[in-house]
This record gives sequence, structure tokens and C-alpha cells, in this order.
Amino acid sequence: MTTSSVSKGCFVFKPASKKQRILSAGDYFHDEDEESASSKLRFETLQSLWQQIKLETDSIQEELNKNILDSLAEFARTSTTFFRSKTDEWTFRMRSSEIPTAALVLGVNVTDHNMTFQNLSELLHQSVTPYVVGLDAKDCPSLKHTVQKVLLQLMGYHLSVEEDEEEPQPKANISGIPKKRIQCSIATLCEWYQTVTKDSNGLSPSKKRKSTLGKFGQNPPIVVIFKDLESFTSKVLQEFIIICSQYIHQLPFIFIFGIATSPATVHRMLPHSVSSHLCIELFQSLSCTKHLATVMDKLILTTSFPFKLNGKTLQVLLSIFLFHDFSVRNFIKGLQLSLMEHFYNQPLSVLCCDKHKASKRAQVLSSEECENVRQLPSFMRYVENQEPDEQVKLLTDDHHLKEVVQQLLKQLHLYHKNYYPVLRCLHILTSSLPKYPLGKQIRELHSMCLERNVWETEEYKSAFQLLRLMAKDELLTGFNKCLEILTYGKGKVINEVQEKLETFVKLFQELDNISLDYKEDDGEDTSPQKGFQQKTDLFHLQKTLLEMKELKKNKKLTKFEMLRLEAIDFIDHIVKKHLLPPEYLALHEVVYYSCSGTLRKHLNAAPRTAIQTALNNPYKYLPNESLQSDGGAISSTAPDICIAYKLHLECGRLINLYDWLEAFGTVVSATEGNDTESPVIDDVKHARFIRAVSELEFVGFVKPTKKKTDHVARLTWGGC
Amino acid sequence: MPDQTPFPTYMKDVLLRLKKQLPCRDNEVSMLLSLFGEPQHYSYPSILIYGHRATGKTFVTQTVLQELKLPHAFVSMVECFTPRLLFQQILSQLSSLYPSLDEEFHCETLNDFIRIFRQLSTSNVLDQQTVYIVIDQAEVLRDMDANLLPGFLRLQELVGGNITVIFLTEIVWEKFRPNTGCLEPILFYFPDYTKAELQQILCKDRHPEFSDDLYATYINILLGVFYAVCRDLCELRHLAALNFSKFCEPLLKGEVRESDTHKLWRSIEPHLRKAMQTVYLREVSSLQWEMMQDTKEETGYLKGLSAYTHVDLPYYSKFLLIAAYLASFNPARTDKRFFLKHHGKMKKVTFLKKHEKTSNHLLGPKPFPLDRLLAIFYSIVDSRVASTANIFSQISSLVTLQLLTLVGHSDQLDSPKYKCTVSMDFICAIARTVNFDIVRYLYDFL
Repeated sequence: MTTSSVSKGCFVFKPASKKQRILSAGDYFHDEDEESASSKLRFETLQSLWQQIKLETDSIQEELNKNILDSLAEFARTSTTFFRSKTDEWTFRMRSSEIPTAALVLGVNVTDHNMTFQNLSELLHQSVTPYVVGLDAKDCPSLKHTVQKVLLQLMGYHLSVEEDEEEPQPKANISGIPKKRIQCSIATLCEWYQTVTKDSNGLSPSKKRKSTLGKFGQNPPIVVIFKDLESFTSKVLQEFIIICSQYIHQLPFIFIFGIATSPATVHRMLPHSVSSHLCIELFQSLSCTKHLATVMDKLILTTSFPFKLNGKTLQVLLSIFLFHDFSVRNFIKGLQLSLMEHFYNQPLSVLCCDKHKASKRAQVLSSEECENVRQLPSFMRYVENQEPDEQVKLLTDDHHLKEVVQQLLKQLHLYHKNYYPVLRCLHILTSSLPKYPLGKQIRELHSMCLERNVWETEEYKSAFQLLRLMAKDELLTGFNKCLEILTYGKGKVINEVQEKLETFVKLFQELDNISLDYKEDDGEDTSPQKGFQQKTDLFHLQKTLLEMKELKKNKKLTKFEMLRLEAIDFIDHIVKKHLLPPEYLALHEVVYYSCSGTLRKHLNAAPRTAIQTALNNPYKYLPNESLQSDGGAISSTAPDICIAYKLHLECGRLINLYDWLEAFGTVVSATEGNDTESPVIDDVKHARFIRAVSELEFVGFVKPTKKKTDHVARLTWGGC
Repeated sequence: MPDQTPFPTYMKDVLLRLKKQLPCRDNEVSMLLSLFGEPQHYSYPSILIYGHRATGKTFVTQTVLQELKLPHAFVSMVECFTPRLLFQQILSQLSSLYPSLDEEFHCETLNDFIRIFRQLSTSNVLDQQTVYIVIDQAEVLRDMDANLLPGFLRLQELVGGNITVIFLTEIVWEKFRPNTGCLEPILFYFPDYTKAELQQILCKDRHPEFSDDLYATYINILLGVFYAVCRDLCELRHLAALNFSKFCEPLLKGEVRESDTHKLWRSIEPHLRKAMQTVYLREVSSLQWEMMQDTKEETGYLKGLSAYTHVDLPYYSKFLLIAAYLASFNPARTDKRFFLKHHGKMKKVTFLKKHEKTSNHLLGPKPFPLDRLLAIFYSIVDSRVASTANIFSQISSLVTLQLLTLVGHSDQLDSPKYKCTVSMDFICAIARTVNFDIVRYLYDFL
């Protein structure tokens, strides 16, 4: 750059301001080589689908929490009225005034709780009191902070209300307090509360006020929510409770303790002298596994959303839930991620929408997309099974291909329509079997069906053996439940299944009248058992057992047994027909997301593995041609820390630093081509080695030891 | 009090009223009055009143000061978590006495406080009367600035006016005494109420609809049950109020006559015993308890808070917790024996050190480094687990759930140490859900 200045000096050149465009989420979907129309469409589909799913999850959450929230609101309402109404009764005067407290047990999935608390405080705001305070443990390291937080939330709320009103008089009245330096104590709060309630008691003529006051009654309670009780320091909590209990006559406090573990924590944190100020009532929320079951039911096992997860990805999400965090919120986040990945990476995901839209979109596929369809493995398999001239047509004629794609998409939709009702039926029949061969939860059965032909598994066989031995009333109740489910299903196939099942149920019921031949069987059974008791010889025993088996086989089946066999065979038949794994269907890639590896990488990161990969194979992160390693050999061009790491792998628990240095020197000087016996270790190499070792120590693979001089110790759990 | 009043300055009827209001505390009241002396006299600079909970320390002091209309300020230390709050509370209470006290005073330190106070006492509005400052829950003062306690102890000298500071506390003076030395206050012990005194006081607030005798009987029964565990007057009064309706039930129904004390005792005693195990311990809230009495629903349906000990944890968290428990209660040298396949035979007796012979469960959990926890974790969990970020976040979430605690400062990132804080029963229940026989791995149970 040049300047017009004559003087020598430094000049600052500001870079020409390039307008940096802030990328919106949609812009990431455009690739250079792709036409933007399809990617835009995909993005829009993704957005609308996610909106739908989000709405659904929110409504699920609301529905599940409704009970517990309502009972909490009821608690807040009754406990205040209770404390107010009986003030002149003898018992009330005599008993010590306790602070009504709700111990809300929420389970260990702390990340999910925020949503619940938000809903709770909204509900309380609407129906019980305008004064709700939420406290997080991390904001309350000391009593001062806690009180500050409470005052801020309460009085701040009030001020914001004041500003909305146009009357000048009360404004001057109230805002006089905060202008002075507020004393941060409950006494201040008490003063404030009295002015507020007196104000709203109708002394001022404002009509607006009266309406708001009428909603909450005369003295609305002050609800303090401790969101995570376990994380509070018990000292802070104790002192706060003691202070509040001193003011309980002026300030109607209500506490809500959010407890993650068990209610016994309350006693562990508070001594008797403090807990005697509380009147604790227990509320237990729904367990997170039940929550997950509902989410699975409404989001995964349904045809209302076209997007599906395949077996492996579902397994990843479920295992994170069950093994790691129990968090439904994270599960849904995982679902969102896979949704996004699917629409981002799979160009054919344009077709992942509802039936009519999909066939419309299939009609206008571009030639490029048609080519994409042809390259789908499932479609190639489909082509291979066709007649030769059909094959040619499929591979060359775009128009014909579009027709076929529409057909196949319809089949896919039909498959899903039949799959879920049948899956539910099978689950109902097998979930009550002893030892649960096909799983207790429907999600286990679902992932089993997704991965392979379920009827070929051992579990399935044993389950059906048990089913064939089921008593009549159990079988009938199972069938009746199945019928209930099938009534929700639509479509020809389901209706047929339903009819068939109904006839079975009817036949079973008719059997009641002619169940006499049962008893004859019992008489037959006893005879071989008699002989069995007399013989103690092992050989004979075996023989009789074999005979008994034969007998059983040849035994004439009763009518009930025949019917049972027939019914179970029918179930077996529909399972084989409808519970195919989706991998067998053509075009399943359009709706099924299958990159379980990516998902795992994103959701369940392994930092130690990443460090080890970097040290073992630096090429992965530093794409430099010279780093491309050839097997186990130590390349001398690798970064020093990699060389040191690889050398240290060959050592035992204690590493002699001098030997290590020698080896390091040998490897490093290999490039220089001087293959003399003892490599010269100059100062630079020495320094490089020391730096590499201290880096390894920093990353956590070695540590200095005092056991032996000039040695370092290897760590088993390096990088933790 | 005897007829010839030792406190001639006070009106006789005031003293009588005091006596009536403060039953069973005659000695304490007269002692207090003699310590106070006449209003214009200088009193001792600081008095420390100590005694157990609910022995009437606060009540007696407050009533005496109010009835005799002595100028005083009363502050509860729990509320005053900063010195500024403490000073301002005192000053704002005194501001009604001193018209010259400006509303906009600024008082951050003890120095400011004394300066303001000195100005006040020179104004001489109070006619040299002793001003009392009562500091309730004075034990909190120990944790505040080091100059506060000694400063208040000799406030009279510092201000140069007629001031007495009264400290109320539940702990003895020995635990207060700062190591830099200070002015010793006058110590004044409030003894516990005896059983007879408790009876007398409790009987004072009888139910208006029932006779004195009946209520006395009731209190007698109540004390018979609770006196062994609880001498706290407030708590006893609370319990009396809660259970009285149940006591009256047979009377109202007409099953028992008032004079039939034995029958009344028979009907109420088991009920009170149950109350001792539930309401008294706050296992069941008093509202629920009353509700239960009203509906007459048979017991057992209400479970106490401690009955819910079950905690559902994610699968790996359970194993982490088990590993932490093992690490806390097994000596580190024995890990080899439990978790290595070829550990060689080591008999318990031979390789024991002397101090290890006592049960580790009696000594409590010991801290262990993170490395050891993970090593045990990987050897007890059956499947191969990658050491993912989720495993580490589970450890920290166990810490926030207070099932583990971080030993030492949380700044120590290098090798954090933990302790497992769960009980044996809890861990056994957890281990059972994952089919892990924890007792086999515990050194104490070999």
C-alpha cells in the first residue's frame, strides 16, 4: 500500500469494509453446486415439520404437567385461604405459624425442570398471585444475594406494572421508595407489601386496580420457588427460612422446593429447629421414563410425521436417554438434530412430507434428482427385481421413473399406516408375558422390528410359544385391547385384520358353552405321572419323559386349543406381513435418517478419543500430505508431541526420561539422513523434547513422580 | 415478688402485670430489673443472656423493656446479614426517640455508627435514661466483621453515653470470646422450664369451650408422651393445639365423661405416640395431620417424607455412584484384590494395617481422586463404555444432586477429589436395580 505522505512512519490501513452478510439458517442449506430451488424447498419443509413437532411436544409437556401444576396451584390457593380464614379460631392462634411448603419431586433430569417451573410460575401468575419468585441456586451463594434476588423480582415486577398506568399520583407515591437507596432486607419488602396491598385494597379510585385485585383476593401470597433445592447451601436456606418465618404474619409466604432426588433431602438439609417452621406437603411429578414413553408414542410411533428414525439412530438417542441423562428435552433436541441432518444431507428429502404433497413433488423432480433416485441402494435393489425392459425404462425414462416413484412413495405410506397398529397389537399381546421376551416397553419392540425380521429372532419364537399356552381369558382381554387399537386405524388392511380378530373373539366366547371336554383331558394326564414316580432309574426316567412328550404331541387337541393355535398363527401371519424392517422397502432413504455415527459424534462427544486420534493420526486434523501415516511406523515429520506420545506408548508404568529422549532424537533425526549409531542430541532437539513432554503432561498422559529420579509416570486414564 | 418492692421507681401495678405476663420467670425478671437499675443510672455496658430454645429469653427481655417503657432498640441478627443493615435497623428504631436524628443517615461502619450515636447522646433529649440495644441471635455476630462484637461489648465506653447492649443467644460465652480479648459481659443464664412449669404455662392457654381441669389433664397426658423428646415450649404448644380436637372427640360424642381420665388417656395416647413420629419430625405436615384427623381415615396411608428414598438414576450414573461408594469405603490398596483378575491370595488379616482394622463404615467416607473412580467404574460396568463427555457430566450432576461431594476447592481442576455421601441402604438399593452384588466388593464385609 502506498501513501501520499513524505514522512517515514507507520500508517494504519483499515481494511476495506466488506459487507459481511450474516447468514440466516436457511442460507446454510444452499450449496454451490446445487440449484437453490430444491434446497430452499427442503429448508421450508424442515421448518414446517419442526414447527409441527415442536407444537406437539409442547402440548405433550403441558398435558403431562397439567395434573401436578394444577394441584400445586390449588395448594397455593387453599393454604392461603386456610391461613387467613381461621385467624380467630383457638387452634389457629395456638399453633405455631408455619410457612406452607410444597416439596415438588421432579426426578434427576434437571435440564427438563426449567420448562416445568416456567409453566408453574405462569400458572400461578394467572390464577393465584402476581408475586412469584423463582430462585436458582447459582444466583444465591449467600443470604444477601438471595434476599436481593427476591426483592428485585418482586418489586421490579410491581414497578413495571406501575409504569403502565397513567395516573400520576400513585406513581409518585411508589417510585419514591426505589429512588432512595433500598435497604436490602425483608423488612423493606414488608413495607412494600403493605403499601401495595393497601393501595389495591380499593382506597384509590382506579377501576383498573380493582379488577386486578379482585382476581387474587385481598392478600395474594408471595410464592418463592427454590428451583434446585439440592444445590442451595444449607446455611443460606436455613437463615432465609428463619427470617421469613419471623415475618409470616405480615407476609404470606409460600415456598415451593424443587427436589431432584428424594424428599428426604429436606431433612438432610434442614435441622429440626428450622424445618419446624415449615408445613411441608409432598407433590410427586411424573417419572421421566413415562414422559419418554408418551413422547415416543406421540412423535415416533405415529404416521402424523413423515420423518422417521432408523433402528441405529433411535438406539443412539434412546441409549443417551437411558444410560446418561434421563432428559426428555435432550431426546427431543437429538430428534431435531437428526431431522436437520437428514434434510441437509439427503437431497431427496424433498419428498419427505405428507402423502399428497410428496406425490406432487415427485411429479416435478428435476433430472438431477431423478439421477439421485436411481442411485439410491434401495431403488437399485428394486430395479434389479424388475423385468429387463422395465429396468431399461426405469433407468432411462425420467417420466416413467416419476410415476414409479409416486407408486413407491404410496407404498411406503401404506406400510407405515399398517405398521404402527400391528406393532401396538403385538406389544399388547407380548407385554404381559413372563420375563418379557419382546420387551416391556413398546420402544424395545419397535427398535427390534426396525433392525431385523423380528420373527426370526429367538425372543419372538419364545414369545409365541408362550402365547400358544396362554389361558383363554388373558387371550381374550389381549384381543379386545387389540381391537380397541385397530378401531383407530384406518385403511383396508387394518379393517380386514380387525374383522378377522373379531370373529376369533366371538368364537372364543362361544366356546364357553362347550368347554366340557376340557375335564376329560385332565383325567388322561394323571396316568403317566403315576408311573413316573415309581421309577427312579435315570434311563427309565428319560424314557418316560420321551414317552410323555410323544403323548403330548399325539394328544388330540381340544377345540379351544385348536382355535388358539389358529388365532396365534393369524397374529404371526400379520406380523410377518406388516412388521418388515423398513430397509426392505424401496425409497426408504427418503424418510429414514440413518447416520447414527454422526448423531453419536454430535450428541455424545468423546474428548479423550479425539485427543488420542489426534496424537495417533495427526493427518486427520492436519491434512498435510507428509503426515499420512503408513501403519504403525512413527513418522518423523509428525508434530513432536505425536512422536513423544507414540514412544511413550511403548513404555511401562514408569518412563525413563533419558531413554525417551534418546528414542525421540533417533526418530527426529531420521529425516536428516545421518544414520550414525548415536544421534546427536543438540540443544534444539532437547528443547523440543522437553516441550513435547510438558505438553503431554498438560494433556494428562504422564505426570512427574517421586518414586524414581529422572522418571515420569504414565497415567492409565490419561486425558480425563 | 415479696411485698416490699425492691424497685421503688417502678409502679407496683406494672410489676404485677409483668409477673402475670411472665409466669415462672420471677427470678429472671427480678435479676434483670436489678441489673437495669433505675432509668437514669448507668447500667453495666453489656449483658449476655443465654439459655436453650424457648426458655423465654427474648420474650422476657422484650416484655420488661416494653412494660417499663424503657428506650430500646431490638434487632434480630439473622436478618442483618450486613453490618450496614444492623446499624440502620438500630438507628431507625431509635430515631423515634431522637427527633434530631436525620432520616438520611449514612452508616456503613462501626465508626460511623459510633459517631452518629455520640451526636445523639449529647443532645440529651432522653434525660440521661439508659438506652438498651438488644441483639437477638447474637451468635451470628461472630461470623461478621471482627470489630463488631468487641465494639458492641464496650459501646458504652466508646459512645460515652448511657447505653447497655444486651446479647441474646443459645450458646455459651466461651464460644464467643474473641482471641484478641475484649470486655467481658455479665453472663446471665436462663434455665430450662421444669416439667411442672411447662404444665403451668401450657395450661394458661386453654380452649375457651372446655374447663380448666380437662385441659390440665390433656396437658398432663401430652407432657407424659412428649417430655422425654421435646422441651421446647413453642413446639409443645403447637402439638397441643394440633391434637386437642382428637382428644375431645370421645367427649363430644358422649362416650366418655370428663372425669374419666383413664379412658381419655387410653384413647389419646397411641395417637400422640404417632404424632411424635410424624408431625413432630415434620414427616407429615400439620395440615395433612389435621386433615387426617378430620376424615378419620385409618393411618398408614400417609407416608412420611423420609419414606420416599427411592431415586431413579440413569444406568451409568448408578454405576458411577456404586464406584464412588466403593472408592470411598475401601482402602485404596485393596482395589487390586477386588478388581484385578490375578490378584494373588491376600488374606485379610495378614496385610491389614492397624488403623484399617476398624470398620470403614464407622469412620465415614474417605476422599478419592477422579482417576480411581473411573478405574473402578470401568472395571465394574459390564459393557465397554467409551469415556465420553456425558460420563463426565454425569459425575458433576451427581455432585449437584449432592450424592457425591467435591472435596477441597472447586478451583482444583487438575485432580479433583470426591466423597460419596450416600448411605449403605441407599447404595444397596441402587446396586440391586442393576444386579450388582455390592457387599461382595466391600472390604468391611469380607
